[in-house]
Amino acid sequence: MIRYLLPLFAGMVVGLLLLFGFLYYNPMLAANNLSPIAVTENEVVRLNYSAVAQDALIYTNDGESQIAPNPAKVQQLWEAPVRLTTAMATVLTDGRGQVAGIGVKFSSRSDKTSILHGKVLVDSVWHIYLPGRGSLFIEQSENYWSYIRDIVVPARWSSGDNWRGSWLGNITAGPGALGTAAVTGGSGQFEYMITEGVELFSAKAYSVEQGPVAMTSELAIEIPRLKD
Amino acid sequence: MIKTFVLGIFLSIAVSVAALYYVPLVNQVRENSMITVIPNVGNTEVFHAYVPTDRIMIGAPRQSSPLPAGLNWPDDERFSGIRAELFKIRNANDSVIGVASRIAGTNENDDIVEWVLHIPARGSVYMTMRAVADDGGYRTGDLRAGTDEFSGLLGKVIERWVADVSGAEDAPEGRIELITAFVAAQEEL
Repeated sequence: MIRYLLPLFAGMVVGLLLLFGFLYYNPMLAANNLSPIAVTENEVVRLNYSAVAQDALIYTNDGESQIAPNPAKVQQLWEAPVRLTTAMATVLTDGRGQVAGIGVKFSSRSDKTSILHGKVLVDSVWHIYLPGRGSLFIEQSENYWSYIRDIVVPARWSSGDNWRGSWLGNITAGPGALGTAAVTGGSGQFEYMITEGVELFSAKAYSVEQGPVAMTSELAIEIPRLKD
Repeated sequence: MIKTFVLGIFLSIAVSVAALYYVPLVNQVRENSMITVIPNVGNTEVFHAYVPTDRIMIGAPRQSSPLPAGLNWPDDERFSGIRAELFKIRNANDSVIGVASRIAGTNENDDIVEWVLHIPARGSVYMTMRAVADDGGYRTGDLRAGTDEFSGLLGKVIERWVADVSGAEDAPEGRIELITAFVAAQEEL
């Protein structure tokens, strides 16, 4: 019996490694660092923020996740229906680094996540208010597969439990056909506007203990021209 | 022996692929929806947040005791007219089912009050309302966008403050109630 069990077990280990290697190195699932709205002729509003939790006005989750809530005394989302959700409020700056407004982002792990298809999905919404301009609501499905493959896994493999480098990726994966977010204007100059946007991450450092250490994000929102 | 080794490879790949395909990695907990269907109104649902218990953040200038403690609200003149709040949101059964943001702001032409409700297992709604309350202390507004379960819906929302009258020692000050009435948008045949 042992005669068969040993090779069977060895074969199973090799099979797991082969599957892991195929999923991890699958060239069909390369990082998407091209914004679908990069070639638009319309105006694009660019809003930037630091994606490091400690730089946010507040960041909260279930309190047991890798990234610690900020400030430390913020209420945590420990109830079962919100345990897989994070909430963040942050200051948004424009392309020149000037303060542009306030953004609130709610993110929840998506049950459409499928490792086989290279989809580590998070359903998120933004509630944005830009004083003097108006308000926006952004709905998007984010895919963190490339981020995990290129940053999180190498950081865990590294002896120092961290990653340093330069990574740029478009994390928006829908609901738009071209992988764009759905943007709805609420008030001011954006009222009744229906358009698209994308969110891009630019990471420079990541720690297994703290999560992102140096990472910025850009929300690019296409502003359609008014029809004559 | 080689045959057993190869069998092991295919067996583990097949089992792993089947597990990855059929076993969900994420399973959001969902509370029962507490929806009432009112004729000619639509699907009506009441959400609420206790104050101060369910309030996660008050973002407003010049607060003597910020919530949460340690919050550094930007001291920028552009934020002087903004009040941004985050809440946990509950259903009619009093269970926390999601989170919500409420932003009140002052533009040059109009004052706004907006809500985003994010219910992880169901979707999100974006509602805008008039800043000025009606005579009864109600604010009324419209559903502007919805995701997942709330996608493609139209409807109205009422925001009202319900003060606590129980007199209990540990009772909250009251609750903010959001009464929503949504119907499916009419589709052309």
